[in-house]
Amino acid sequence: MSPKRQFQVVGKSVPKKDSMALATGGPMFTADMLPPKYLVARVLRSPHAHARISSIDSSKAEALDGVHAVLHHGNTPRVMRTTAGQGAPEPSPYDFTTFDNKVRFVGDRVAAVAAENAQIAEKALSLIEVEYEVLDPILEVRDALLPGAPVIHDEPDCRVVIPVPYEPSRNLASHVDMVVGDLDAGYEQADLVIDHEYECQYAQHCPIEPHVCLAEPMPDGRLRLTTSTQVPFHVRRIVAQAMQWPVSKIHVVKPRIGGGFGTKQEVLIEDVAAFLAVRTRMPVLFELDRSEEFTSRTRHPMVVRLKTGVKKDGSLTAVDLNVLSNTGAYGSHALTVSCNCGSKVLPLYRWPNIGFAADAVYTNMPVAGAYRGYGATQAYIAMEIQMDEIATSLGMDPLEFRRANLVRKGETSPVFKALGEGREGVDQAIESIGIDKCLRLGAKAIGWKRNRGRPGKGRFRRGVGMCCLMQGSSIPEVDMGSASLKLNEDGSFNLLVGATDLGTGSDTVLSQIAAEVLGVDIDKILVYSSDTDLTPFDVGAYASSTTYLSGEAVRKAALDIATQIRKVASAMMQKPLKDLHLKDGHVIAKDGQSLGLDRIALRTLYEEDQHQIAAFASHVTKKSPPPFSAHFAQVTVDIMTGMVKVEKYVTATDCGTAINPQLAEGQVEGAVVNGLSYALCEEFLFDENGRMKNDSFGQYRIFSSRDVPEMETILVPTYEKTGPFGAKSVSEIGINGPIPTISNAIFDAVGIRLRTSPFTPERVLQALDTQENLHR
Amino acid sequence: MEIHVTINGKQHLWQEPPGEILLNVLRKHGFNSVKFGCGEGECGACSILLDGKSVRACLLVAGQVHGREIVTAEGLGTVDDPHPIQQAFVDSGAVQCGFCTPGMVLSTKALLDKEPEPDRARIKQALDGNLCRCTGYVKIIDAVEKAAERMKR
Ligand code: FES
Ligand code: FES
Repeated sequence: MSPKRQFQVVGKSVPKKDSMALATGGPMFTADMLPPKYLVARVLRSPHAHARISSIDSSKAEALDGVHAVLHHGNTPRVMRTTAGQGAPEPSPYDFTTFDNKVRFVGDRVAAVAAENAQIAEKALSLIEVEYEVLDPILEVRDALLPGAPVIHDEPDCRVVIPVPYEPSRNLASHVDMVVGDLDAGYEQADLVIDHEYECQYAQHCPIEPHVCLAEPMPDGRLRLTTSTQVPFHVRRIVAQAMQWPVSKIHVVKPRIGGGFGTKQEVLIEDVAAFLAVRTRMPVLFELDRSEEFTSRTRHPMVVRLKTGVKKDGSLTAVDLNVLSNTGAYGSHALTVSCNCGSKVLPLYRWPNIGFAADAVYTNMPVAGAYRGYGATQAYIAMEIQMDEIATSLGMDPLEFRRANLVRKGETSPVFKALGEGREGVDQAIESIGIDKCLRLGAKAIGWKRNRGRPGKGRFRRGVGMCCLMQGSSIPEVDMGSASLKLNEDGSFNLLVGATDLGTGSDTVLSQIAAEVLGVDIDKILVYSSDTDLTPFDVGAYASSTTYLSGEAVRKAALDIATQIRKVASAMMQKPLKDLHLKDGHVIAKDGQSLGLDRIALRTLYEEDQHQIAAFASHVTKKSPPPFSAHFAQVTVDIMTGMVKVEKYVTATDCGTAINPQLAEGQVEGAVVNGLSYALCEEFLFDENGRMKNDSFGQYRIFSSRDVPEMETILVPTYEKTGPFGAKSVSEIGINGPIPTISNAIFDAVGIRLRTSPFTPERVLQALDTQENLHR
Repeated sequence: MEIHVTINGKQHLWQEPPGEILLNVLRKHGFNSVKFGCGEGECGACSILLDGKSVRACLLVAGQVHGREIVTAEGLGTVDDPHPIQQAFVDSGAVQCGFCTPGMVLSTKALLDKEPEPDRARIKQALDGNLCRCTGYVKIIDAVEKAAERMKR
């Protein structure tokens, strides 16, 4: 297949399949699917950051009229596991059980109630009598590894289930390191060595739909979970594990979900709903409120120390990236997020000598987890600010300095092999890379040459900044996606995929891939996804995998079913197989004769040679080809107030073939605006006891339409041979750029280097003051 | 109490305790396009049109809508016969997860009913109370422009 090939459906911005049903308000989300009678679940949460539950008495709550069940550690099984929705055996530690006799952050679960309505449930929570033995907490990440620090996971049964370092006795949730080459020699050769720390903050995904799950006991003794998840198959497995049930007794359905961004890659509420439904034999709805959502799962805050060596001519000699990651009270995704700090960042440039080490530590703070960007976001802050620092120190244009050192087509990086997700990685060469064109087009759109180094005078100073990025596409040799297709009598196809559309439009993208192979209009593909009883397995929506991984499974299944169709047609038309191809809903012969797919279906279903034309395929990737991107921003800094205003933001992104350009742009824009919001205003404020103070949209501000700058989103097509029709991933990469890009633009405007986010007016003013003092 | 309310052009009679939150009552009666996102008036997922104005159903109690007129996204159009605003959202790629969309569509309607030709700055301001975490707003703003354009004709 050549890159120049013209596609019929792929590469077209067809409307997202479910978008009209959503725009007209169709009842398509979990909370829209309630049975006539159901109970409401609420959870009692810990007021302490660190405490042992010395006693718990739920008798008064149980006696309250309308209460059907109260659960706590005294009446539920203790099964250590993880909430991280990852492939089994999970790389995250088993340090969590549904209800524990210890609480480890403010907001940790203590007990749960199922009652006839929310008011009764709330009342019941207040009647549960809990005595706590309060323990010293760790509320600062740098304190976690100090000798004598409180031990957060002192339970004897916490453990890891893959062979990786894990030392709960000193609050170490994970450790990973690697060295390639000789760092000392590298720094020796360098004319310039730069060494700084960069720090980024807690943030929450803020899906507009909070986590919500409906658990329904079925008449046959099974349990159906309708839930807002990114990982239906992992939910089935992990809930079964928690309940000590066979997987076969659980049916998970994912309807439409109102955004995920990683936070719904966790099994956070399904276990509670499931236990309550089984205990009460009634349907149970468990929906987080917004304040609970804030401390459900978060981005891992990190302190990243980066040391680089370069020669005067701008060539690189050594890099050493050291990460201290705060995983909060539980180690969900601790190791794999850490790994990504190295594996998605270090291969971007041609470092001859490379060091990487990352510790993820427990604290008594909100639990971190998967969040779009997944460690790459955090490490790119350090890398891309420091690349700017090097360039300015050497008196080089930051763009040209990067360009000279970027990885090139056909090259590899030792990091790919050295660092996987919780294990060794997979070697790969870069076959598709459009970063050069991204740089060219992005620089032009922002006016890089024209605008750089011209801050102007007066109160409002202008600056431009940029950065380069890569990510991956799926987890190679780990993740699996699959698809099935069958032909119906009107020439339509049912496409069943385990892949999980969390609003990204993957159902549409996967349908486009099938339609392209089958030569039919997208309306002929009836897609149904994410139902553990009906659709084949898929790991779910994470690691930028769906288009690249599940898409290839769809393409394989479509190729198979196309061959079956051609075989039947060959018999019906009396033509050799090789002369037949599928187009416009027909099988077309070389001589122009054609036969409708409906005719073929009618014959095989009702008339002759009767069988169901159907196919089924799975896919595991051998590679994780990176998408690449260049980001550019123009900002204005108000030196009186410290206010940073982003005037214009330009991205140019190589995601291979964009199967649906409009949806791909939407992924970039959504990720970028989330990143801008993180760069400029999002942060958790804690009181001295470790309680999040600003747990509402009123106090934790996320970007609204008013905050959005002028944006230009450029897609730079390349062709990735190993992806379906040349596609790579696009959903995560965009979130990595805003912090370094804005920081670099602020430097261009006012000459201060901000290495701690977010760039609030106070922080900018403070840095400006320090600079003034220095210059006095 | 007895509440008489017109929803999407139809008369309804509710028997509800006066303090019931309107959002919950609407959802209970099957108007599922009105979404729970925060319950605090901050996200706009529960937007409805009340006598033509975009308001937050989570901040009202049922008793407050007695004798008044409500429009929800269901009432604006259907899959087979959508409102031009809904069509513009679909065509512009402004719908990702779609959870914010009913509210966005209604706030757009409230805006365009008053100001048929808003510029981008005005659109951004008018949608300020409706949060979207998926789209980055760019295509939503495009959709409003497109809808305004089409509705002029
Ligand atoms: S639910 Fe009403 S504004 Fe958020
Ligand atoms: S489309 Fe998901 S919140 Fe707007």
